[in-house]
Amino acid sequence: MKKLGLIVNPIAGMGGRVGLKGTNGADVVAKALKLGAKPVSSARAVETLRVLTRAGVEFELITYQDEMGAAEASEAGLEARVVGRITSGQTTAEDTKNAAGEMLELGVDLILAAGGDGTMSDIIEAIGTQVPVLGIPTGVKMHSATFANTPESAGQVAAHFLSEGLPLRDAEVMDIDEDAYRENRLIAELKGYARVPYEPVMMQTTKEGSTGFELADQKAIARWTIELMERGRMYILGPGTTTRAVAEELGIYNSTLLGVDLILDFKLLVRDVNERQILEAIKGKPATIIVSPIGKQGFILGRGNQQLSPAVVREVGKKNILVLTTPHKFSLTPTLKVDTGDSELDDEFRGYIPVIVGYLQTRMVKVV
Amino acid sequence: MTYRQARWARGECLEPLVFELSRAGRKGVSLHPEVPARIKIPDNLTRRSLELPELSEPQVVRHYTRLSQMNYGVDLVFYPIGSCTMKYNPKVCDELAGAEEAACIHPHQAEETVQGALELMYRLERYLAEIAGVSRVCLQPSAGAHGELLGMLLVRAYHKSKGESRTEVIVPDSAHGTNFASAAMAGFNVIIVPSNNRGRVDLKALRAAVSEKTAALMLTNPNTLGLFEDEISEIAKTVHTAGGLLYYDGANMNGILGKVRPGDMGFDIVHFNLHKTFSTPHGGGGPGAGPVGVVRKLEKFLPGPVVEYDRRRKRYYLDYNRPKSIGKIRSFYGNFGVLVKAYTYLLMMGKEGLEEVAETAVLNANYIMRKMADVGGFEVKFNGPCKHEVVFSAEPLKRETGVTARDVAKRLLDYGMHAPTYYFPPIVPEALMVEPTETETKEELDRFVAAMDEIAEEARLSPEKLRAAPTATAIGRLDEVKASREPILSWKMYRKLAK
Repeated sequence: MKKLGLIVNPIAGMGGRVGLKGTNGADVVAKALKLGAKPVSSARAVETLRVLTRAGVEFELITYQDEMGAAEASEAGLEARVVGRITSGQTTAEDTKNAAGEMLELGVDLILAAGGDGTMSDIIEAIGTQVPVLGIPTGVKMHSATFANTPESAGQVAAHFLSEGLPLRDAEVMDIDEDAYRENRLIAELKGYARVPYEPVMMQTTKEGSTGFELADQKAIARWTIELMERGRMYILGPGTTTRAVAEELGIYNSTLLGVDLILDFKLLVRDVNERQILEAIKGKPATIIVSPIGKQGFILGRGNQQLSPAVVREVGKKNILVLTTPHKFSLTPTLKVDTGDSELDDEFRGYIPVIVGYLQTRMVKVV
Repeated sequence: MTYRQARWARGECLEPLVFELSRAGRKGVSLHPEVPARIKIPDNLTRRSLELPELSEPQVVRHYTRLSQMNYGVDLVFYPIGSCTMKYNPKVCDELAGAEEAACIHPHQAEETVQGALELMYRLERYLAEIAGVSRVCLQPSAGAHGELLGMLLVRAYHKSKGESRTEVIVPDSAHGTNFASAAMAGFNVIIVPSNNRGRVDLKALRAAVSEKTAALMLTNPNTLGLFEDEISEIAKTVHTAGGLLYYDGANMNGILGKVRPGDMGFDIVHFNLHKTFSTPHGGGGPGAGPVGVVRKLEKFLPGPVVEYDRRRKRYYLDYNRPKSIGKIRSFYGNFGVLVKAYTYLLMMGKEGLEEVAETAVLNANYIMRKMADVGGFEVKFNGPCKHEVVFSAEPLKRETGVTARDVAKRLLDYGMHAPTYYFPPIVPEALMVEPTETETKEELDRFVAAMDEIAEEARLSPEKLRAAPTATAIGRLDEVKASREPILSWKMYRKLAK
């Protein structure tokens, strides 16, 4: 029988209605409570569990104490093996990390996590991509690609995963700087990647017209990108799964998912380089930057790839920047953004730029 | 009006396949057993068992009549499937195409024995060239997309002859899916330009897209939203200045027939859909015809042979002497029967008739657009009059009731009308693309609008009815994903899977 882990972040989503943009940190939670915030996570997690029960799938449920899962399981009428110890009413990020760690040790097949971006970041900090994770959307910020559309669809995806199995893919885990966000600045950070079940319809809304075949699209884009590559030219490969597909298509399986790699003559030259190393490597040589938009905001420069500094971008030249995006991702981010920290350089990018969206297929996309 | 489609079934099973009806030894027509074989076929190329079904003539006639009764067609119902121009096909055209002089000739016959057929092709070519404002037309392509491919091969030949390597073809995001495929199939990198907030090509994006790599722009005008690209002169100038060619997708020619010519708009290559604009029947993938017209500078690249007239000897002949030609695009001269039908249609309509086609087609689409303004749940995303078709968005209905454009389209089948094109073009959410054509009466258009009104009301009162639709047809809602991922296209495949 498959083992399902359940982690509920009871305070996730409380900041939303009271306008606090999130609940990372104990003081914010206190403030949210003071403002009259009501817990939302618990009811949504119960909804997901009920869908799972109705689907008639057999599984063993392992969850954390009290409001971190045990309470929700019993409300949904499910028997569960309860582990862990928390101080009820005062849960913290550490509890989430501990819960994820214990579930890894207990060998669960899937972790259902009710929360937002913060919860996801905590989980992958503890377990990385060792256990597949599926997000029940209950947080304020949900920029990560790990969430199902609704608690109901989370239940359906989980049921499908436990009964018939689903392919797995790496999905971006994003979190934003809440303090900055409260001041109306959006600083999104790529926290890492989670392993998630691949279900293109229920995991995120896609526009009609996008194929939804994310993995096949990535491969097609990678093939075309490689056909455009020239010998003797340095390729600076930015972070992300679409750019990683380019490396994999070249037979490079140890590229840096979160960092920047240098590729020369179809071979990996240096892994995980910083700004200085890039500048040294490309000095006076032809070079091309390959990037894909990071997160739902569509940043191609300045988010998750700060190594590609204004100096690097200027040295390479705007016309030598290849932007890749899948049709699915394009439907989520129909316009692109740059924020290199050099507003003059950012201005040069505004207007329409070509973006590779498939094999032999490029789309003119607006940078705003 | 209530409607129920015929459902021929034996128990739960629909009308059996013709192979399942077969019994060994049953015959319809007996062929004379002693026809001498004139060609000696080598043993290794001879098939011993043909595995053809064996049935009597009445069995065959009944089988196919039953199948036709479980289907929709222009001879039976209103068929507003956008961008397909499903107009009525006059029977006289079929009759002439079926006449002995047209149906019983062979492409290998000597030229002097088929002068009439050659004359028909010669004249049809000139009529089409005049209608599109181009200098010559190749009649060979068997479908619109086939014409597109020929067009793209001509683009490649043209640039190559000038010693230029141009690798990119620009296509708007509202274009027919075939445009992207045809350009890619001819080896071009497809550059997609977005539409502006008026539903037309975004000129700023187009200017950013053109370069010394631009080989051509493919454009449909009126576009798939049924809107005329009113900045066409500026678009043409932008592409031509960059050294590229302009390709006209003729799918929507019904909206401008006799009013404005692609050649005059600046297009260099034009394809026609004879099975749309010129009223020949659509068949499941064929036989259609997608002739391609070109301006003078591209003539020499057209496939051979071309039909010419020898003034001195007063006879038509096939000219194969075309050294710059891209080569053949199809066997022989195209779907000749389809050409006969289109030629008959052209002669019947005449210049005034063709103009009236465009006028009535546009009037009918605008009539539906105005009447639909009073039907809650649907909206038009881009204001202003349309041409021959109109795209509605069912987004308001979906927001209000959860019912989708697909549900609405399927429910229309229960009202005895074919569904509009849905979810295309992709730039309109919950799109329903309606093209009434000129051959419908006002009463039929009113009946359509009334049905849409009733369906919107049903969506509010009993949405489950729409989600279950169609229920009045022989077959209910199909699993579209399964149908396109695991198609069973032949008896052989079916048998293999049954094992």
